[in-house]
Amino acid sequence: MISGTFNPSMILSILPEISILVLGFLVLFFDLFLSKEHHDKLGWITAGGLGVIIIGCLLVIRPNESVLQTFAFGGMIRYDWMGFTFKMLFLFSAAITAMFAMGMEKIGKRGEFYLLMLASTIGMCLMASAADLIMLYLAIETTSIPLYILAGFITQDEKSTEAGFKYLLFGAMTSAILLYGFSLLYGFTGTTQIYKISNIIQSGGIPTELSFGVLILVIVGFAFKISAVPLHFWAPDVYEGAPTPVAGFLSTASKAAGFSVLLRVLLIAFPEILPYWSAFLVAISTLTMTIGNLLALTQKNIKRMLAYSSIAHAGYALIGLGSITYDSFFGMSSVVFYLIAYVITNLAAFGVVAAFGRVSGSDDIAAYAGLSRRSPALALAMLVAFLSLAGMPPFGGFVVKFIVFAAAVQANLIWLAVVGVLNSIIGLYYYLTVLKVVYLYRSEDEEKPLPIPRSYSLALGVLVTGILLIGIVMAPWLNLSIKSVVSLF
Amino acid sequence: MQFPILSVIVFTPIVAGLLILMIPADRKTEVRVTALAASTFALLLSIWAYFSYDVSAGGYQFVEKVSWLPQLGISYHVGLDGMNAPLLLLTGVVMFTGVLISWGIDDRPREFFAFLFILATGVFGVFVTLDLFMLFFFYEIAVFPMYLLISIWGWKETREYAAMKLTLYLFIGSVIAMVGALAMYFTAGMKTFDMLELEKAGFSIAFQQLWFPFVFLGFGVLGGIWPFHNWSPDGHVAAPTAVSMFHAGVLMKLGAFAALRVGVMLLPEGAKFWMGGVICLTLVNVVYGAFIASVQNDFKYVIGFSSVSHMGLVLMGFATLTKTGLIGSGIQMFSHGVMTALFFAVVGMVYDQAHTRDIPHLGGFRKYMPLVAVAFIVGGLVSMGMPGFSGFVAEFPIFMGVWQSYPWVALIAAVSIVITASYIIRVIGRVFFGQLPEEFEGHIHDVTVLDKVALVFLSAILIILGVFPGIMVPMVQSGVENVMRLLGGA
Repeated sequence: MISGTFNPSMILSILPEISILVLGFLVLFFDLFLSKEHHDKLGWITAGGLGVIIIGCLLVIRPNESVLQTFAFGGMIRYDWMGFTFKMLFLFSAAITAMFAMGMEKIGKRGEFYLLMLASTIGMCLMASAADLIMLYLAIETTSIPLYILAGFITQDEKSTEAGFKYLLFGAMTSAILLYGFSLLYGFTGTTQIYKISNIIQSGGIPTELSFGVLILVIVGFAFKISAVPLHFWAPDVYEGAPTPVAGFLSTASKAAGFSVLLRVLLIAFPEILPYWSAFLVAISTLTMTIGNLLALTQKNIKRMLAYSSIAHAGYALIGLGSITYDSFFGMSSVVFYLIAYVITNLAAFGVVAAFGRVSGSDDIAAYAGLSRRSPALALAMLVAFLSLAGMPPFGGFVVKFIVFAAAVQANLIWLAVVGVLNSIIGLYYYLTVLKVVYLYRSEDEEKPLPIPRSYSLALGVLVTGILLIGIVMAPWLNLSIKSVVSLF
Repeated sequence: MQFPILSVIVFTPIVAGLLILMIPADRKTEVRVTALAASTFALLLSIWAYFSYDVSAGGYQFVEKVSWLPQLGISYHVGLDGMNAPLLLLTGVVMFTGVLISWGIDDRPREFFAFLFILATGVFGVFVTLDLFMLFFFYEIAVFPMYLLISIWGWKETREYAAMKLTLYLFIGSVIAMVGALAMYFTAGMKTFDMLELEKAGFSIAFQQLWFPFVFLGFGVLGGIWPFHNWSPDGHVAAPTAVSMFHAGVLMKLGAFAALRVGVMLLPEGAKFWMGGVICLTLVNVVYGAFIASVQNDFKYVIGFSSVSHMGLVLMGFATLTKTGLIGSGIQMFSHGVMTALFFAVVGMVYDQAHTRDIPHLGGFRKYMPLVAVAFIVGGLVSMGMPGFSGFVAEFPIFMGVWQSYPWVALIAAVSIVITASYIIRVIGRVFFGQLPEEFEGHIHDVTVLDKVALVFLSAILIILGVFPGIMVPMVQSGVENVMRLLGGA
């Protein structure tokens, strides 16, 4: 199954990564040779290039049924639906983020911004398909380091610098813990290949307590990425300080990447101790959604509020992970489905915040007063995004919440589903509070125009359509999610 | 393939709502005309569907079924039977009159009608759906526009509070019921959300007894069951007129109807076990609601609490689990819907001119708006259950049904009729007769033609149904037979 010899067809399995790299160099090239006034085209080049890559990948390297899963590069990479689905998701959110970034002062015209974002996307793509601990670790670092810089990209802004630094410190610490977990795992099993660990744990008679202890160290590293409680402290500060498009990218693509790794490692390397880690994740999930939602209630800054809400959403997705059972794919596929809808929805939410913030210069919720009169279309996009986050039909958020709660009920965790629905009520409350400000309150700025650049209208249009598509045409998405998790094994 | 009439009815409002959103904001007349056209279309179709339902054949008609999420057994499945046909018609009526009454809304009418129509699609959807997942899907579509409609266009004093309270109450109810529905789905193990299939699942008695209260009360929140009725008077009062009409007229039926469809019909054994308790709760609704209504000074709160009382009767009729009681409830849902829409329309018209709803400060409106006074009196007579009006056709069977199972409850509940008469007569006397207060001299004018059309239309329905009960009773009866079959022919 796993051979060390190189085979040219292996190139196909990392085609997205290669093309992103080429695109990155293209952006750098244009950055050098394009005259200053044309620098606002860099975002279009990035977004367009990513669009071309997505279409190309869908046409050329979509995994087909006969070669559902293969290893490449000596077992470093696994080429399967799981990786492919997530890669498309990352490419999509990177393209959208580029479109949001190009309208922003101080970042939109700088080639290195797009290059760093693309570098991070390469890391995420590798995370989703890594089948080896060393590859995985490299991928995580490739993802994280550019993100640290992106978070602190606006060096004149103290908050942004602080955000970058805070993110770096937290990231470095958890990454060390993760690496420690990996090294113990290697020490006990003698292999770094994720797909061999399980066998060795079983045949080698490694005590359950020991492998569970190692697993907790590993989970710590991933919990940071997905901002699960108690490793969520960085998220509000970083989201608030980072440029808004970057915050959107962090809360969607980066989080989804964390989940993709979590799924693969837990299910492939540690299936024997499933009851242990699922119980552990159920506890984390309960804490994450409850604390995230409760803290979101009191926020005055919309980016901080969205940060806590995205913590809460990690909690909902973790419900799916905690509900995984041996005899059903339902829990796992609910996580994938949840992430697809969540990424699209949250990108839209951050997009609205970015569109508003770039004109008004404020992220206070109170500043949104009168938005529905100032720009009805933007207000409507916000309504769709927030109601989808709150889990209202006919938007994507409703369907995926329903399915995640269904997974919990199926796994006989009815109390967890009840905790989840109670939490979604808290969520509804604070989302509605914002919408109230948007639709109800008047403000003196009502008459001021709120210009929305073309890239924003396009991106938000795509996202709103996506939210509705997921909410109404559900079957293909669920099929995709099921196909992805089946391909893991 | 036959004409998919139910789908057309369900999706007409939302399509119209989206079209309205595309009209430029300052073209207010075009917005109103589009809204009126769409609601007339929906009304005509629902009348047509109602009258072309074949009562002698019974069962579900105009059925459409399209697989939606086959992996989980979710399908788009709609059908019309004797229980939901009157409610479909009711929604059409209230939507049409609601648009007429709201003609004068001047603050962002585009958004107003768009949200109102999204709500209407949700309501139509819940009534005709035969799939449990879709029921929740439409149910929540019907709930969230309410928040915006009340908080933006509502009464300034309480709108923010009332809108949030209402939304959270209803959302809590629906998600609790949703957990119950998921439990049903997985326990049945049939991989389908189709309610016609789940009826045959044969849940164990213990399971039914465990989950029935969650499902019934979860939906009952929207039906205004005591002690979860608290959101409803506040919501009614804060809402703009058309929304109050929708809200009390149609939305509360949504809760009652879903409680019947999911609670009683899918968990009949649970229903039998808990009905004694439910009937006690609804008794509180009926008597306490009427009593509180009679001590209110705010005109709109009177009507708000009278809705709590009348919806209590609907749920009480369900709780009898007898054929007569259920028939009464089925008709009461329709009759009360039209009646309360009429009431709220009248309150809105009085308030628009007087700018107060304080009953002691009003008086003598009969002279200036005679038709409004007549309409209110018609509604009042319906409310008291006077023979010759639809209220009698509805309430009499309910009391008969209650008498069959719990005679003492019927005796206590009958007190509510007296209280109802007292507060209705008080309102008529104080608001419409007597002397017009000096401060209103010269300010009060008659209502517009559109308002009159709405009032006459609603009053006519109440009288026609009272004089010719035959246009609805056999139909509801055929629907009830289906419920009785599930209850084991009792």
